[in-house]
Amino acid sequence: MDRLLFGDNQFFGVNHMSEEKARAQAMRFRDTGAVIEVLDAALDEGIRSFMCTTHERIGEVCGHMRANPARYRDYVFYPCMPYAHKYNNAVAELGMLGALKKFLPSGGILDAALVGGMALATKDIERVMRLLIDAEMKMFEGLNTPVVFLQNVVVDFLMGLGFKDAFRVFAAHVKQRYAAEPGFITMNLPRLLDLLDDVGIDNPIVCANINKLAFRMCGGREDYERAIATRRFRPVAMSVFASGALPAREALEYVCGQKAIKSIVFGASSRSNIRQTRQLVQELDS
Amino acid sequence: MIKIGIVGVGKMGLSHLAIANTHPGVRVVGLCDAAGYVLDVLSKYTGLAAFGDYRELVERARPDALIVATPTRTHAEIVRYALERGLHVFVEKPFCLSAEEGRELVALAERAKVVNQVGYHYRFVGAFQEAKRLLDSGAIGELHNYRVEAYGPVVLQPKGSTWRSSKLEGGGCLYDYASHAANLATQLFGMPAGVGGTAVHSVFSKGVDDEVYATLYHANGLTGQLCINWSDETHRKMSMRVEAWGKNGKINADRQECQIYTRGGGWNVRYTTELTPPVRYYVRGEEFSAQMDYFIGCIESRRPDNVNSFAAALEADLVLDMIERDAALGPRTTVTAEEVQGSKSSFREMLARWIGGKPALQRVP
Repeated sequence: MDRLLFGDNQFFGVNHMSEEKARAQAMRFRDTGAVIEVLDAALDEGIRSFMCTTHERIGEVCGHMRANPARYRDYVFYPCMPYAHKYNNAVAELGMLGALKKFLPSGGILDAALVGGMALATKDIERVMRLLIDAEMKMFEGLNTPVVFLQNVVVDFLMGLGFKDAFRVFAAHVKQRYAAEPGFITMNLPRLLDLLDDVGIDNPIVCANINKLAFRMCGGREDYERAIATRRFRPVAMSVFASGALPAREALEYVCGQKAIKSIVFGASSRSNIRQTRQLVQELDS
Repeated sequence: MIKIGIVGVGKMGLSHLAIANTHPGVRVVGLCDAAGYVLDVLSKYTGLAAFGDYRELVERARPDALIVATPTRTHAEIVRYALERGLHVFVEKPFCLSAEEGRELVALAERAKVVNQVGYHYRFVGAFQEAKRLLDSGAIGELHNYRVEAYGPVVLQPKGSTWRSSKLEGGGCLYDYASHAANLATQLFGMPAGVGGTAVHSVFSKGVDDEVYATLYHANGLTGQLCINWSDETHRKMSMRVEAWGKNGKINADRQECQIYTRGGGWNVRYTTELTPPVRYYVRGEEFSAQMDYFIGCIESRRPDNVNSFAAALEADLVLDMIERDAALGPRTTVTAEEVQGSKSSFREMLARWIGGKPALQRVP
C-alpha cells in the first residue's frame, strides 16, 4: 500500500465540523469533472491511490479512468463499501427486505436476480452478502482494486451484533472473486483486532481514526497506541486532522511518529493543500 | 449483569442491539420481531435467543429491561405490559400516538419506579447540549423567537411500503422527523401553550405528510417555528438545526457546531470535536451510544429520574397532537389580500392593533 491515500469525504458533502462547509463542497463538486480535476492534481503530486466509498458518482470517475488508460494505467482504487446512507434511507422507506431487493442485482442481470431471490427464500445470508459485494464492485470493473474495505458503520454494527461469520465471508469473497485483500474500517480498533484474530484473519489491513485528539477512537488514545505498537496488523490512519481541529504539522507529527502505521488517508480540495500534506509527511518520515 | 430483551429488530432495534450487546454489564437475553426472516438470520449467526411474541420473550427470558423499537402504534401495549411486570423500559420515539395512552404510561412508570426513557437521541448531541447550557444560563438574554428545522432525504418518490408510510401506524414526517424537532423545542424552550399557522404537504407520499411547518406560541410571548421536510434530497442524512434569538444575541446549533453571537462579544463557535465526550463503543454517531449507555447506567444506579423520560416525551407528543389538530382545520388565513386591497389605512390600523396587542393566543375562527 502507498504511504498516502486520497480520501473522498470532501467530494460528497461530508464535513464533521460544519454543515455550511459541507454544503459549499457539495456545490463545488456537483460536477464529476470537478472531482476528477482534484484527483488529477493529486496524481500530479504523486498520489495515485484513491480510497473511496461506493457512491454512485464514483462510477462516473471510474468511467473516466477506464476511458483514459494511458494516464490512469497505474491508478489504484480502494473501494469502501457500502455507501451506508443509501441503505439507511432505503431501509426506512422500503423495510429490511425491500431494501435488500432494491440493491440486489436485477433487470439485465437476470441470473443474479434469480439467485438473489433464492438466497432470500432459503435465508442463505452468505450468498446475499456475496451478491451485495458484487453489486458494489460493479463500477470498478477493469480497474485496479488491490484492497477492498468494509465501511466502519457496517464493521462496527456487525461486530456489535456478534455476527462474526460476516467478516469471514467478506474476506473470502474479496480474495477469491477480486484477487484483493480485505480491509476493515472501524471506530473501535482494539476490539476489532480481537475479533479478526478470533475469525482467523491474519495481519489484517485495518483503517481507523488515529489522531492526537483521540476523536472517535473508542478505547482511548493509550489503547490505540499500544495496539498499533504491539499487534500484528497493517494500520491505515484516517481522520488524522480530527476534521480540521488539529494544525497540519502537529497532526502529522503524531501519526508519522508511530512507525507501525503503514498508510495515511487524507482529503483535500486544492493542489496546494495536497502538496503541503505530501511534503510534510515526506519531511516527517525522513 | 443486566438482562435486556429487544422487541423489534428493524433499523433502530438492530442499532440498539449492536450497542447494548457490547456493554460489559449487559446480557441480551432475547430478541422479538414479527418478521421471521430477520429473526432467523440473527439468531442463526449471533446465537441470540429469538421469540415471535414479546410476552413469550418476557416470560421465558426474564429480562430486567426491555428495549422497544416497534412501529409507534404498538408502543403503548408493549410498554404497559413491561411496566406492569416492573421492567425498565427504553422505547423508540415518538412515544405514543395518543395523549391518553401517554399519560397512563407516565403514571404507570412513576408507580413502578423504573427507568423510563424514550429514544430522542438529539438530547445526547454535544452541540445541542451546549445550546441548552447557554440558553439556560441566559447568555443571549430574554428569548423572543426560535426555529427548529429538520430536513432529510427519506421519501423521494411516490411509493413506500413500510409502516412509515402509514398514518395509522405512526408514519409520516410529523411523527418520524417532527417528533425530534418537537422534543428539542420543548427541552430547550419549554412547553408551548398553543400551535397555529400549520402547513402540511404530501410532496410524494400518499396518505402521509412529507413536510410540516408550524408556529408554536408560548404563554410568555415567546414564539417558535418548526420546519420539517423529509423529502429534501439536498441533505445527505437527517439534518437538525436550532436557531434562537434573544434580546442579547443569537444561538445557532446543529450536529456539528454550536455558534453563539452576543452583543458586544461577537461570534463564538464550539465544534463537535470538543463538545462530544468519547463513547465506549461507536456504531453510527456518539449520541446513539451515549443514550443507550445512559439508560444502562440509570438501571445500574437505580435512578428513575432520568432525562428523556416518558413525561418529557409526552410533551413532544402533545406538540405533535396540537400540530395535527391545527392542520386538520385546513389551510386558513386570519386576513386576506382581498380585505386589505385598496384600503391601506385600515391595513395600517390592523397592523398597529396586532403589534400593540399580545401574540395571537386566542383561537381564530
